[in-house]
Amino acid sequence: MHLYIHIPFCKQACHYCDFHFSTNTTNKRAVVEAIAREIVLRKSYLPDGDMETIYFGGGTPSMLDEAELHFLLETIHKHFRVAPNAEITLEANPDDLNAASLQMFAKAGINRLSIGIQSFHEPHLRFMNRAHSAVEAEQCVTLAQNAGIDNISIDLIYAIPSEDHDILHSDLFKAFTLNVPHISAYCLTIEPQTAFGSWLKKKKMRPIEEEYAAQQFEILVKSLGEHGYEQYEISNFARNGHYSNHNSSYWKQHPYLGVGPSAHSYNGASREYNISNNAKYLEAIQKGLIPATIEALTPADRTNEYLLTGLRTKWGVELLKLDEFSAGAFALQSESELERMTRKGWIREDSGILLLTEAGKLFADRIASDLFID
Amino acid sequence: MKKIRNFCIIAHIDHGKSTLADRLLEFTKTVSQREMQAQLLDNMDLERERGITIKSHAIQMNYVYQGEEYILNLIDTPGHVDFSYEVSRSIAACEGALLLVDASQGTEAQTISNLYLAINHDLVIIPVLNKIDLPGAMPEEIKDEMVDLLGCERADIIPASGKEGIGIENILNAIVERIPAPVGDPEGPLQALIFDSVFNSYRGIEVIFRVKNGSIKKGDKVKFMATGKEYIADEIGTLGLQQIPKQVVECGDVGYLISGIKVAKEVKVGDTFTHIDRPATEAIVGFSEVKPMVFAGIYPVDTSEFEELREAMEKLQLNDAALVWEPETSAALGFGFRCGFLGMLHMEIVQERLEREFDMTVITTVPSVQFRVLTTKDKLLNISAPSEMPEPNHIKYIEEPYINAQIITKSDYIGPILNLCMDKRGVLKNQIYLTAERVELQFLIPLAEVVFDFFDKLKTISRGYASLDYELAGYQESDMVKLDVMLNGEAVDALSAIVHRSKSYEWGKKLCEKLRELIPRQMFEIAIQAAIGQKIIARETVKAMRKDVLAKCYGGDISRKRKLLEKQKKGKKRMRQVGNVEIPQEAFMAVLKIN
Repeated sequence: MHLYIHIPFCKQACHYCDFHFSTNTTNKRAVVEAIAREIVLRKSYLPDGDMETIYFGGGTPSMLDEAELHFLLETIHKHFRVAPNAEITLEANPDDLNAASLQMFAKAGINRLSIGIQSFHEPHLRFMNRAHSAVEAEQCVTLAQNAGIDNISIDLIYAIPSEDHDILHSDLFKAFTLNVPHISAYCLTIEPQTAFGSWLKKKKMRPIEEEYAAQQFEILVKSLGEHGYEQYEISNFARNGHYSNHNSSYWKQHPYLGVGPSAHSYNGASREYNISNNAKYLEAIQKGLIPATIEALTPADRTNEYLLTGLRTKWGVELLKLDEFSAGAFALQSESELERMTRKGWIREDSGILLLTEAGKLFADRIASDLFID
Repeated sequence: MKKIRNFCIIAHIDHGKSTLADRLLEFTKTVSQREMQAQLLDNMDLERERGITIKSHAIQMNYVYQGEEYILNLIDTPGHVDFSYEVSRSIAACEGALLLVDASQGTEAQTISNLYLAINHDLVIIPVLNKIDLPGAMPEEIKDEMVDLLGCERADIIPASGKEGIGIENILNAIVERIPAPVGDPEGPLQALIFDSVFNSYRGIEVIFRVKNGSIKKGDKVKFMATGKEYIADEIGTLGLQQIPKQVVECGDVGYLISGIKVAKEVKVGDTFTHIDRPATEAIVGFSEVKPMVFAGIYPVDTSEFEELREAMEKLQLNDAALVWEPETSAALGFGFRCGFLGMLHMEIVQERLEREFDMTVITTVPSVQFRVLTTKDKLLNISAPSEMPEPNHIKYIEEPYINAQIITKSDYIGPILNLCMDKRGVLKNQIYLTAERVELQFLIPLAEVVFDFFDKLKTISRGYASLDYELAGYQESDMVKLDVMLNGEAVDALSAIVHRSKSYEWGKKLCEKLRELIPRQMFEIAIQAAIGQKIIARETVKAMRKDVLAKCYGGDISRKRKLLEKQKKGKKRMRQVGNVEIPQEAFMAVLKIN
């Protein structure tokens, strides 16, 4: 079983980010209490079983103070059976990481950090309105390792507008010296409801050039590979099997419970998501209600979701499972597409499992959507 | 018969005809307030949305005037230039017409041409100045214009507002007083003019007619004179808000006939029907077959839907007698239909109805007019599709259809309109000042230049003032060439067009540019080329897509992402693969948007 906790607060808004968060932290404590209450309300959402992963995402979960973090973990332990070796991840921003905070996280039971470094290049950090500096970006990982947390992932953003690929190369070089077991690398995407989105609309900013982004992706995949990082998902790279077990659960169709404003949950038959508004979330939870919208999944929905998530991973999708989810429709509807894509060298089949080829990875979305069933 | 008045309303689109009709129906209690849907006579959804009456209908009202009850038959007429023949038949069924003019806008070309039609049919004209309640109304100026136009007295003009219900009684009284009762021989052989037909999926075609001579009884055996077909009058009646079955429809009256006719084609607007037993010696004059002006191919986006499309077309034809089609094959698009339309609006309506009423996704190819080609072997060919055009070395000459266009505008816009018409290879034939500020321009213009975007442009450059009407004016020799479009070297016949040589380069260049915008990037580069014969005259490139993958896909992204990709997949279904290139439906209509 897997648990996601959304901490919807940030110090400041990054120009690219369209996740749900608020920079007004006056009701932080109340929201944390509400999240704890939601955990209790929803303790029967998932079938019985050990909680194998717990993930504090955001927002900025590293803004939680000791009491808040303890309270949440305490509640979790009280209402769920947490596996002894559970992966407990906390997303953290470099500016929140110091010897004291790291010690506090470790003591609370956090055994994996996902650090939002994004870039080591000061102008790029400023361009994206990150709260930390390049120096903090470089130092925080060592601080965490000194505090005894070795299972660290860092986030990088590529395709930030630049004249050439030099900054990407130097960002990667710096990342490699940190010796972390996991790197997530995301292409800068301009979302409508962000500062970048608004600039793009007003033509104050140019769209990210596709050719440039594709080249950066290719550099990244090659360079990470050369340094021992395995691309186990389009944007995720791990050394020696240090995959994110929590995120992998999303791609493997495992059920998960998400609590907190805007969090999504999945139980195999439906997906549901909480309201993306802290005040409304609070109000509902305080009345003992869960402010969620539920979407039942049809066989086609399940098949298509499996395709779009599974194809992105090194585990691919099992043809048998596709047929099972779709009640046989996949085999009927997608035969010619499969053949066409195989011929083009985008996908390959390996003992009943469909996988993207290297060339196919650049077109994962298109390939998935072409294989979708009605 | 003395108590019958048959009239129509002549008005430009937007001048308030439908609203006024509603008021007349309300005032005569033909329809109660509760039954009143706004703009009652337009009962196709599409008509209401577009605000135009596509198909004409008729409705009967009873009106008591000075203690006597009169029957008033309002014959509705379509308001668009594409449907002018139907208008002329509606007019032929009347003795009088309300000329409805918007008090803020004045007369328009369409109104005037229909007015002339009415005057030619000896209709009594009742001038009505509508929308006098509008703040922008200029009643005195427009009255001057109407006096000039009709040679009527100022006092004859009835001020009205359909919206506010002003002047309705005056109009009804004028209909009784000024419009003559129908004349005809009630004892003579039956002569009934068909001026409309309506498709009813349960009862077949309902024929709407006006009895000119004699009378028709339920159960009579009748013969349609133009088609020669014979039927039994299973049901006859008059037209209220609903049909009112009758035993007999008398001389001078308007009614409907149901006789199990299944296909609209069998009912020709303008035809006359008479009794088989005692036939009239001749038909009512004025019948002519409606001829299509614009031709285009219609193809299913999904080739496997050809038979469904055929069924849809057949059903559409049940109530659209003006639509003609025959099967056609395109190298690029496979099996489809070559269709003839009355005009571009008619074409758009057919396409929309196919999509809405029959859930068909179709591709419409470049519209064309009908050219005449004399081959080197002295054979005369009618060419309505670029693919039918012979090779240039087999052509002696090509002729294209011309029209006499009548444009009425404020004199301020003469300059830009002249430029537009010259640009469209038009020749100014006449210029008449209707008033000091309004002028009528007459041009001889190739029909091909008018069918595309002429009307929109005319409206734009005249800020909506100028109006257009036209009639065919025969064929003239023209230097036409066939322009082909190739995608990655492969000719796409559905994108070919026949254009004038002087415009071919510009056309080719703009078409390639437009296609570049409309064809989405694919996994490979796409070369778009325009060619005349072997000569490439324009080229554009759609760059290959380099990547199509979103960065993040976590727990909260999955359903949103699935929906996004489902939408993409749906969009793809509206595309047609030609060679290895996927072309969206809109691209085939690119020519309509090249300016």
